[in-house]
Amino acid sequence: MNKEFQLFPEAASSVASSVDELYFFLIGLTIFFSVLVAGLILYFAIKYRRGNRHVDRLQHPAPIWLELSWILFPIPILLFIFFWGASLFFKIYRPPDNATEITVVAEQWMWKLQQPSGRREVDTLHVPMNQPVRLKMISQDVIHSFYVPAFRLKQDVIPGRYSTLWFEPTKEGEFQLFCAEYCGTEHSQMIGKVVVMEPNEYQNWLAGGTTNEPPEVTGAKLFEQYRCGSCHTLDGTRGRGPSLIGIFGKQVRLNNGRVVKVDDDYIRKSIYTPAAQVVEGYQPIMPTYEGQLSEEAVMQIIAYMKSMTQQAPAAQGEKTE
Amino acid sequence: MSAEDKNQPTAAQLAAPSLPKKHYLNSRYSPGSWLLTKDHKRIGLLYLMSITFFFFIGGAAAVLFRLELMTPQGELQPDTYNKLFTLHGITMVFFFLIPAIPAVLGNFLIPIMIGARDLAFPRLNLLSWYLYMVGGAFTIYVMLAGGVDTGWTFYTPYSSTYSNTYVMATAVGIFITGFSSILTGLNILVTVHKMRAPGMTWFRLPLFVWSNYATSLIMVLGTPVVAIAILLVAIERGFGIGIFDPRLGGDPILFQHLFWFYSHPAVYIMVLPAMGVVSELVATFSRNRVFGYRFVAFASVAIAVLSFLVWGHHMFVSGQSIYEGMVFSFLSFLIAIPSAIKVFNWTATLYKGTVTFDTPLLYAAGFIGLFTVGGMTGLFLSALAVDVHVHDTYFIVAHFHYIMVGGTVMAYLGGIHYWWPKMTGRMYPELWARISAVLVFVGFNLTFFPQFILGYLGMPRRYHVYPDGFQVLNVMSSAGASILGFAYLFPMCYLLWSLKYGKPAGDNPWNAIGLEWQTTSPPPTENFTKTPIVDYEAYAYPGSIIH
Repeated sequence: MNKEFQLFPEAASSVASSVDELYFFLIGLTIFFSVLVAGLILYFAIKYRRGNRHVDRLQHPAPIWLELSWILFPIPILLFIFFWGASLFFKIYRPPDNATEITVVAEQWMWKLQQPSGRREVDTLHVPMNQPVRLKMISQDVIHSFYVPAFRLKQDVIPGRYSTLWFEPTKEGEFQLFCAEYCGTEHSQMIGKVVVMEPNEYQNWLAGGTTNEPPEVTGAKLFEQYRCGSCHTLDGTRGRGPSLIGIFGKQVRLNNGRVVKVDDDYIRKSIYTPAAQVVEGYQPIMPTYEGQLSEEAVMQIIAYMKSMTQQAPAAQGEKTE
Repeated sequence: MSAEDKNQPTAAQLAAPSLPKKHYLNSRYSPGSWLLTKDHKRIGLLYLMSITFFFFIGGAAAVLFRLELMTPQGELQPDTYNKLFTLHGITMVFFFLIPAIPAVLGNFLIPIMIGARDLAFPRLNLLSWYLYMVGGAFTIYVMLAGGVDTGWTFYTPYSSTYSNTYVMATAVGIFITGFSSILTGLNILVTVHKMRAPGMTWFRLPLFVWSNYATSLIMVLGTPVVAIAILLVAIERGFGIGIFDPRLGGDPILFQHLFWFYSHPAVYIMVLPAMGVVSELVATFSRNRVFGYRFVAFASVAIAVLSFLVWGHHMFVSGQSIYEGMVFSFLSFLIAIPSAIKVFNWTATLYKGTVTFDTPLLYAAGFIGLFTVGGMTGLFLSALAVDVHVHDTYFIVAHFHYIMVGGTVMAYLGGIHYWWPKMTGRMYPELWARISAVLVFVGFNLTFFPQFILGYLGMPRRYHVYPDGFQVLNVMSSAGASILGFAYLFPMCYLLWSLKYGKPAGDNPWNAIGLEWQTTSPPPTENFTKTPIVDYEAYAYPGSIIH
């Protein structure tokens, strides 16, 4: 893990070698054009040096195709790189449906992670090999960035909004995790590692640890503890607030006429700034839970609401992102 | 300074070029004649001294953190390191690179190149220098009071809420300096429109004027946006009004949009004038008209326009929509075309020329080579999937130093050498200058090339502690930086030496074509004794074909 001198990083994710291919193509192109330009400059400068008397300096009007050629011929090359880079980018940023969701909360200067089984970690992330993993990430304070060079992947982790990153590790071992967005004093110490394991070893590892309460169970407890149920029923009947059963992934109409989808960000926002997006037909009476519920707690409540949608018979299994 | 020459001309001095009796430097000597001058040439020199001062402050900060980076654990406290790279970025970007060519060479040369007596608004020009100095004073104050640690990019909410350093004073300094930039840009725009000598049509303008014109467009249109962005940071920080911090109801990404809307075009504020310098140097030292003059001129304008449409490429991994990323990626590839046009045209200018290898040409050739590498690595960053990996790593650091140091500083030094005889009336020592040009090139590449490799290995920027495996490349980089530091001090020494001991240059030591070479060296305060009339094309060297 970055102990020895090396010139090229190891490739350990399903996209890493594709990124490397584009990188090598670009290096080839850079060498070609740099050598071309430098070579021509040296050749012309030496050939047409003042001291060289045996050279024809008689100029003729340059044909227009010459100028046009170097305006036009880079265009297909540039378009080619653009499409290559963009199509790979789409692959990198569109998570498959079956990805395991792991939650990440970043703060100055640590990474707090929770597995779907409930096991928590700090600055270390265990993942199974050859299985897609999706990270749902948020920052508690400033902007951070989750960066694993061996995976060739990076995503800023922003306060106030979830961001996601997915990957499929292809190599067993430990890989360096960096915070790539400058975040204050200990920015360069906000590092960790990703441990990629054989799937059954991973299952064994999940079973260990002290906290093994799945997030949706913690979420249900928080729902009780904060008495969310006194306004939000779980059986579809109307209370002071909308019933929360089976709403995840649905469209709701707000009292300003807009229609929004109930997703992670919507629920988070409704807990922290309830008055911002009130469902049509309800009063803006809910108090804010900012300062009372941490980002992790909110993620657990969201997990609980998702699990209720999965249980609810009427629910349509819509994707969240 | 030329009393000896004036009093006792010897036979040798009569044959060799001598200094004119009366020129802008010896017309008056009082401090007030400098501090209250309305002469664009004197204001150019005031800028020259001020930006050199800030260049060495920024350089000293770089020397310190390059020393720190020689070992994986380092010696400095993390906060000290963070303040050093912030100081380096702020002084180099806002107080050196942005004013370097427009406010020093542009100020000095544009009126002379177009045959004018001064800029359109001489008082505004002086005001712009004073604003720059006031902004600079804030920066010096911050440095002495304890520093600022946000990075020159001021990303929110770190800068607006979390940093405990002197963000406000820094913001005020940059805000004020922004006005200096706006006024310089405005002055150049109006001057080029209204003050051209009879016969100096748009397509007879030297390309240096074209590129500074394009730069001025960006300064006038872009700088207000960064001023607003920084003001908003100050408002949030000072009054707790939520704009960027989500805890106060703001959006941190909004800041990045506002900041890069200016700061990407600002890259072209730094490099477009450098391209203008290179056009002049290549033409003079190949004694040839710049190939594809009109294409090079319009490429500057195209770059200025496109530069406003690519800011989102700084934000591919910021969480903006992937479709937004795609649009910005596409536009970023487009801006490669006008840059490529320039590189190919400069190369073609050498063809069938009469090339001499004087120092300015060495710098110009260095510029073209390093700018090509810098530009090509820009394609890596425009290509979305590769950017995801190298964003915010040393790859970026290497890339923008190839453009700003390998490009702009090379061109700036080339320009300073080329016009030094015009500015001071004396020649610099050629041999020393060639040695220093080569040293700059070698030191530069040793400093920054290893950073490309470090970046792809994954070393994030702004790290003062790093894994052991990155040490070899960091030591190479620091070794290069020490050569580079020396190579930058060297010209300052021999240029100062030449002020007294340099050979008098004569009006046109390079046998170059251009109005600035038709007046004396140094020029009289009024630039020309009578208004020149231009009846020839730019770079009309014998044998050149004018299209």
